[in-house]
Amino acid sequence: MDVDGLTRTGGPSGTGGLTAAAGDLLVLVGTMKGAFVFRSGPDRREFQVSGPHFPGHAVYALAFDGRAGRRRLLAGTTSSHWGAVVRSSDDLGRTWTDPAEGNVRFPAGTDAALAQVWQLTPAGPDRPDTVWAGVQPAALFRSDDAGETFELVRGLWDHPHRPRWMPGGGGLCLHTIVPDPSDPDRMWVAISTGGVYRTEDGGGTWQARNRGIRAVFLPEPDQYPEFGQCVHKVAPAAGRPERLYLQHHWGVYRSDDAGESWTDIGKSLSSDFGFPIVAHPSDPDRAWVVPLTSDEFRCTPDGRPQVWRTLDAGASWEPLAGGLPERDAWLTVLRDGFTTDGMDPAGLYFGTRTGQVFASADEGERWRLLAGWLPPVVCVKAAVVP
Amino acid sequence: MPTVHLPAALGSYAGGQRRVRVELEGGAGTVATVLEALAAAHPGVRQRVLDERGTLRPHVNVFVNDESVRWLAGLDTPVGVDDEIWIIPAVSGGAPAPVR
Repeated sequence: MDVDGLTRTGGPSGTGGLTAAAGDLLVLVGTMKGAFVFRSGPDRREFQVSGPHFPGHAVYALAFDGRAGRRRLLAGTTSSHWGAVVRSSDDLGRTWTDPAEGNVRFPAGTDAALAQVWQLTPAGPDRPDTVWAGVQPAALFRSDDAGETFELVRGLWDHPHRPRWMPGGGGLCLHTIVPDPSDPDRMWVAISTGGVYRTEDGGGTWQARNRGIRAVFLPEPDQYPEFGQCVHKVAPAAGRPERLYLQHHWGVYRSDDAGESWTDIGKSLSSDFGFPIVAHPSDPDRAWVVPLTSDEFRCTPDGRPQVWRTLDAGASWEPLAGGLPERDAWLTVLRDGFTTDGMDPAGLYFGTRTGQVFASADEGERWRLLAGWLPPVVCVKAAVVP
Repeated sequence: MPTVHLPAALGSYAGGQRRVRVELEGGAGTVATVLEALAAAHPGVRQRVLDERGTLRPHVNVFVNDESVRWLAGLDTPVGVDDEIWIIPAVSGGAPAPVR
């Protein structure tokens, strides 16, 4: 079956042939069996796709680096046989680096080995060659050569809390990296399960920042620990660097003081269990989540997928489902499976464990199917080509 | 000189070869010294067989002749001059990774 408005490049399993001009949109989709790259013009109507890139490898981390004149794709790939590595492409996936020796390696003495790269995040424009990598086991790595080689950030690795971080169902991973666009030395990371940690000195020292986040999986007298929360995703509000949105393992939160404290904003959602949270690219009061039924049944409630939107920083929420399946659709959207493209109006994209990718060009009012039969989607990122 | 047989996925890290003869000091050694010698010539192979702790990856099997080193002495398994080393992806490796 064809998907309307979608063509592929390079034959049935082609990975070449994709070109992009300034202003074009790229949607990067990582799955458990490879990556796919979608491209459209600025109108977001007709898409081309290439892939699978890295067939058979799980791709949990993808990023586009458009800084300093680059057009670089970054991919964290994991072979269940041969291990994990960060690869890059400067020709939109026609060719990829394949580092002979691992470029994300735990140093001797840590007694740790890389299991998977969960997140790749280019730093702000003031550090145009720096890329952060969040990995499993939970650790942060830093590259100062735009993703070719990485070094362990010791300040977080040596944190006294680390021995008490516990693996969630996906393993003990550092899955979220939020650099502060207003302060190159400030950054937040999130760990499952460890919670949110913040540095204000470029990664040298880190403080837990989880006050107000309820850990329902702990005994009642101790449901607000300093750390140990199972944070699923953190999204920074645009233009307001003290504001962050957070999806927890039960609970949706907002902080207006850079993570010093968190306020529950999710009680009017159909469910406040879910994985991703996306903040609007220009309006700090807008955000989206994808509620799932519960931690025991991680599928869209009632078989009816809905994206929920707030226009008032979480005071109220409304469901958006135009164009999404109206029944019998038991979808799961994982923590990195939902993103925005930064355009105006904001485009939104989410992928599912059952291999669909949905796209909206109008901030979630109407959705269309961008892909229907991919391997399980674990990562969706979007970027406009500079 | 022992011979190492590489799977298709690793041949590209050894110049396209699927059989590599490995020169060991004194002619014999262990699986570990074979892999070290292999890594010196073809750095991409070692990293894909062993993790950074030097541990055999869980879904990679190494055989000395017809026996898996997991049932012998692991990486310390002796290797003689005429031995054949086989690096083979385990059948278990196709299982999905945990997802959150």
